[in-house]
Amino acid sequence: MNFASKQTAARPSQPTCLPWPRELVDEGGWLALAASLAKGERELLSLWGESSSVHMAMLEPREPRLRIVTLECPEGAFPSVGGVHPPASRLERAIHDLYGLRPEGASDARRWLDHGRWGLRHPCSAPEKIESTCDPYAFLPTEGEPLHQIPVGPVHAGIIEPGHFRFSANGETVVRLEERLGFVHKGIDQLMCGASIERAARIAARVSGDSTVAYSLAFAQAVEAAFDVDVPPRAIYLRALMAELERLANHFGDIGAICNDAAFALMQAQCNLVRERILREAASAFGHRLMMDRITPGGTTVDLKQENAAALLAMVEWIELMTPRLIALFGDTTSLQDRTVGTGFVSEALARQYACGGYVGRASGRTFDARKAIGYAPYPRLTFEVGASKEGDVDARVWVRFDEVKASLQIVRQILDDAPEGPIIAAWAPPDDWTREGAALVEGFRGDIFVWLRIRADGVVQRCHLRDPSWFQWPLLEAAIKDNIVADFPLCNKSFNCSYSGHDL
Amino acid sequence: MQKFLLQGLLRSALTERAPTPDTASMAELGYTLGRTARQKLGRSLSIREVDAGSCNGCELEIHALNNAYYDLERFGLRFVASPRHADVLLVTGPVTKNMREALERTYAATPDPKWVIAVGDCAFDGGVFCNSYACVGAVAKVVPVDLHIRGCPPDPTTLLKGLIAFVENME
Ligand code: SF4
Repeated sequence: MNFASKQTAARPSQPTCLPWPRELVDEGGWLALAASLAKGERELLSLWGESSSVHMAMLEPREPRLRIVTLECPEGAFPSVGGVHPPASRLERAIHDLYGLRPEGASDARRWLDHGRWGLRHPCSAPEKIESTCDPYAFLPTEGEPLHQIPVGPVHAGIIEPGHFRFSANGETVVRLEERLGFVHKGIDQLMCGASIERAARIAARVSGDSTVAYSLAFAQAVEAAFDVDVPPRAIYLRALMAELERLANHFGDIGAICNDAAFALMQAQCNLVRERILREAASAFGHRLMMDRITPGGTTVDLKQENAAALLAMVEWIELMTPRLIALFGDTTSLQDRTVGTGFVSEALARQYACGGYVGRASGRTFDARKAIGYAPYPRLTFEVGASKEGDVDARVWVRFDEVKASLQIVRQILDDAPEGPIIAAWAPPDDWTREGAALVEGFRGDIFVWLRIRADGVVQRCHLRDPSWFQWPLLEAAIKDNIVADFPLCNKSFNCSYSGHDL
Repeated sequence: MQKFLLQGLLRSALTERAPTPDTASMAELGYTLGRTARQKLGRSLSIREVDAGSCNGCELEIHALNNAYYDLERFGLRFVASPRHADVLLVTGPVTKNMREALERTYAATPDPKWVIAVGDCAFDGGVFCNSYACVGAVAKVVPVDLHIRGCPPDPTTLLKGLIAFVENME
């Protein structure tokens, strides 16, 4: 790629974002949209900042369309969306921490990602040096005679990511859980600024390792939208193949881990055999077990050989044989059902309010799936059914994952059958004419991943926002554990399996 | 359930033969593990994993060490829940500043003799996250590291080779 450095040529107006335009709104327009989010007329997809503006992406009702709006805030403040629509609250706190923009009228003014340890305040916009300390954090008060608090983390007992949980319990029963996150904040927003497209793609692939394929795909799609790159059909199929393999591997790993947290290790042992086989096939087909850096703007970096396609098909057949057995093992083990049924309930109202994606949303009656709703290629040409439930408990989240396993197996089969021959990467280079913007919404195993980026005329990323589905799932975990016993927390937590790294950025 | 258990009895073991220990790791380790340690611990080591800001990719592969193919415990290595029970800390990630103190405290809570193995390219030098305002970078900048296992993420075989080299060195 040729990134010739050249001054940004002025384009008639604001850079327009593709495939969904970005509109400028005034304060009135911003507030009206916030109110419509609060009323449930549209759904919040993301909220992010820059040095003197804030952007908001929403899902329009009954349309496969995103609406992206921008409010200029030269005074360093903007009317809070979180004040009227709580799902925006943590995103706004992150904007304040990183860009120093104040959400006015916010209900929660505490810092979120900034723990006072960076030696800087608002590192992404006019940073201010501070003495690096540890800010005190005021957990929400809980009152009442028998209540006691249990602080857990950031370092947890298992091989999992770090975060802090503060339980207020009445005996065995959790009265409130409050999460404190941000421990794995790596400064990804800032690392992205000024990165070449190539480097930015590598960073995007490492936002959340378990979703590396989905992130690479989302990043690539946003770049391709911005530059109107035509991705070769074969690459489109191979990307979907990798995305489905990633989904399968994660679902098997998680189903096993959930059962293990209910002390049913047999299921985990069996599920991990399936997961391991998928990763091995992925390694032999694409050269990396997690398929990291295999998707790149314009296509893929590796082709699928005939013999690997055959091996993948054999694997699919084997998994198709294993899945009903695992389903029976899960469904027929009453001691396991005893732990999962009714545990960690999330209401449909809450799932809708938070526009919660993935299996957490689907298990509570919100069936959104970007593969269907946005319908990016090649999915509109494939047949598959996504799972759904209204039960909202740990059990439902497991069943939905089994449904997704079936869907992914269906998809992989079709891809192996139909993938066209041809090149796997488009020859393209960013034309050095003007600044471009692109966005994408891609279905990762955990839910929809949103990416918005702006690339300067010299091919350098000016700003790249990556929103993990966990942003809208973490808050629901707090609700799910309420009135459950403390000992069921690992089970609930695993059934969500939110990403710490993807959220903390 | 019976079917699964029966099948487990009838089928031959899935566990694979141990890979040969990594020679580079052997060299790095040469001087760190003394005879005394071996006398104290035998071949059995308890490992505490600490995520110091990883993308979670390294954790996935560390997890895989427990599956039937790699079966880490046959080498006398097992994961424990508390640093108080650990001999070895397995640290991943570019040590975010928000995790630095937690890592230091975990290290302090681990009884002597203790070793640190840094897993992944991030833990080696910060990886793609180096030079961020939010990361310290190499794990070695925060706690003394006895062995690095490189990779992004290192696959389970690479991890096994490094860990076996580690145990072998104790003999
Ligand atoms: S080394 Fe790679 S896989 Fe491991 S934490 Fe770093 S980016 Fe993730």
